[in-house]
Amino acid sequence: MMLIPCPWCGPRDAAEFAYLGEPAPRPDPTAASPEQWRGYLYLRHNVAGPGTERWYHRMGCRRHLLVERDTTTNEVRPHRSHVGDES
Amino acid sequence: MVERGRRTGPRPGRYSALSLLRHGVTGQAWPAAWRNHDMRRGYRVVIIGGGVHGLATAYYLARNHQITDVAVLDKGYLGGGGSGRNTAILRSNYLTPEGVRFYDRSLQLYRGLAADLNFNVMFSRKGHLTLAHSDASLRTMRWRAEVNKLSGVDSDVVGPADVKRLVPHIDTSDRPRYPILGALYHPPGGIIRHDAVVWGYARAADHLGAHLHQHTEVTGIDVSGGRVRGVRTTNGDVAADVVVNATAGWATLVADMAGVRLPVQTFPLQAAVTEPVKPFLRTVVVSGTLHVYVSQTARGELVFGASVDPFASYSTQGSLEFTEGLASHVLQLMPSLSSLRLLRQWAGLCDMTPDFAPIMGPTDVDGFLVDVGWGTYGFKAGPVSGEAMAECIATGRTPEIISSFGLDRFARGELLGEKGAAAVGH
Repeated sequence: MMLIPCPWCGPRDAAEFAYLGEPAPRPDPTAASPEQWRGYLYLRHNVAGPGTERWYHRMGCRRHLLVERDTTTNEVRPHRSHVGDES
Repeated sequence: MVERGRRTGPRPGRYSALSLLRHGVTGQAWPAAWRNHDMRRGYRVVIIGGGVHGLATAYYLARNHQITDVAVLDKGYLGGGGSGRNTAILRSNYLTPEGVRFYDRSLQLYRGLAADLNFNVMFSRKGHLTLAHSDASLRTMRWRAEVNKLSGVDSDVVGPADVKRLVPHIDTSDRPRYPILGALYHPPGGIIRHDAVVWGYARAADHLGAHLHQHTEVTGIDVSGGRVRGVRTTNGDVAADVVVNATAGWATLVADMAGVRLPVQTFPLQAAVTEPVKPFLRTVVVSGTLHVYVSQTARGELVFGASVDPFASYSTQGSLEFTEGLASHVLQLMPSLSSLRLLRQWAGLCDMTPDFAPIMGPTDVDGFLVDVGWGTYGFKAGPVSGEAMAECIATGRTPEIISSFGLDRFARGELLGEKGAAAVGH
């Protein structure tokens, strides 16, 4: 079982979460070229190793969070922006 | 796994009833199915990935286009990736006309493959049933059946009574949470021995002169002036006019080396197999609603597959969530299997694209071609992909049959939307 460190609920079973994947910054829709827009929609780095990703705690606090996960081992760590958030 | 290969030597002879008898009587050892070679300083074509796609490309390059200055590189052993981890189901009852035409060509090649390769690939045309548990999926199946029929593919919607007749063990009552309302029946579908397909292509490609290099990892791709120049490997640098990326789950890592970005994400797909029992399951049974597909192998084992894991990963470790979910879904379909034991489970890496269709053909780097994005449907497309990629390399033009699968479709916004791509929804 993989545990996701939710900053608000603590470590919880990954089955409670929805995986949203690598954060992709949304370009300005009025200024972006079609290539930039397609890149935003479809291109991801698909890293093999540690990376940052977004998850949504759909069966818990229903809040979005960031985690660091190594995609070759599935080892998960809290994202630095959330470290210290745990109550 | 078995290591196959021997040092450069005479080509192995043909397999025949006579050779079987001779080896049986004399007890003489069989020669290795393919040879090992020293790496050349350069090849005309270097194919990265020694699975069914890469090996089929090498084979059809030699057979159809007389191009034999070809190397196939694999960082592990041949067929150790998706080609040896899929559930070996073949079918062509897709949703889009492009998909149907493409996969039907593959099925045609699979039908003649044993004779073509002189290797028993054990294709068993058992028929293929995709179950509908809702009005919506029944409607999609009628749509698929009509598209299939227009392309000359044998495919039709059948009712629960026909499902029961084809698979007596299936629960067609209204007891389950998702009762069976009908099914898409596709008689030409079936299962095949996936390792034999890999070994058959490897042996035939070797026979025609291609070099197969196992345990050779590509560590870099040399590109200059917008053109591919060669690859760097753990076994030395190799110059090449054409480099083909046929690496499935690792596709983006290899494409990144050439500076080409692919709209691909890697997800594991798990599968499992039970202990062998007497033959009772005549057809392949698939349920999209229950996320499961079942077939019985020639050995009597039941092979189960499911949908991809819920998050991207390069880890092939199995999970208990998968086993639990699989067991509950299978027992919804066939309650009488409750006392069967699982022998093992495993995972393969799927290179998923946004539109569930593959990416084939040239890229922005001259001479660097891709045959990737094969997701959960790559094995059944092996022969036609090899044939089309070989033509693409030999002629420098993209064959019509794969023209809609180009990498440029994403920039143009012309996605395919092959919802029938995987029988099980994602």
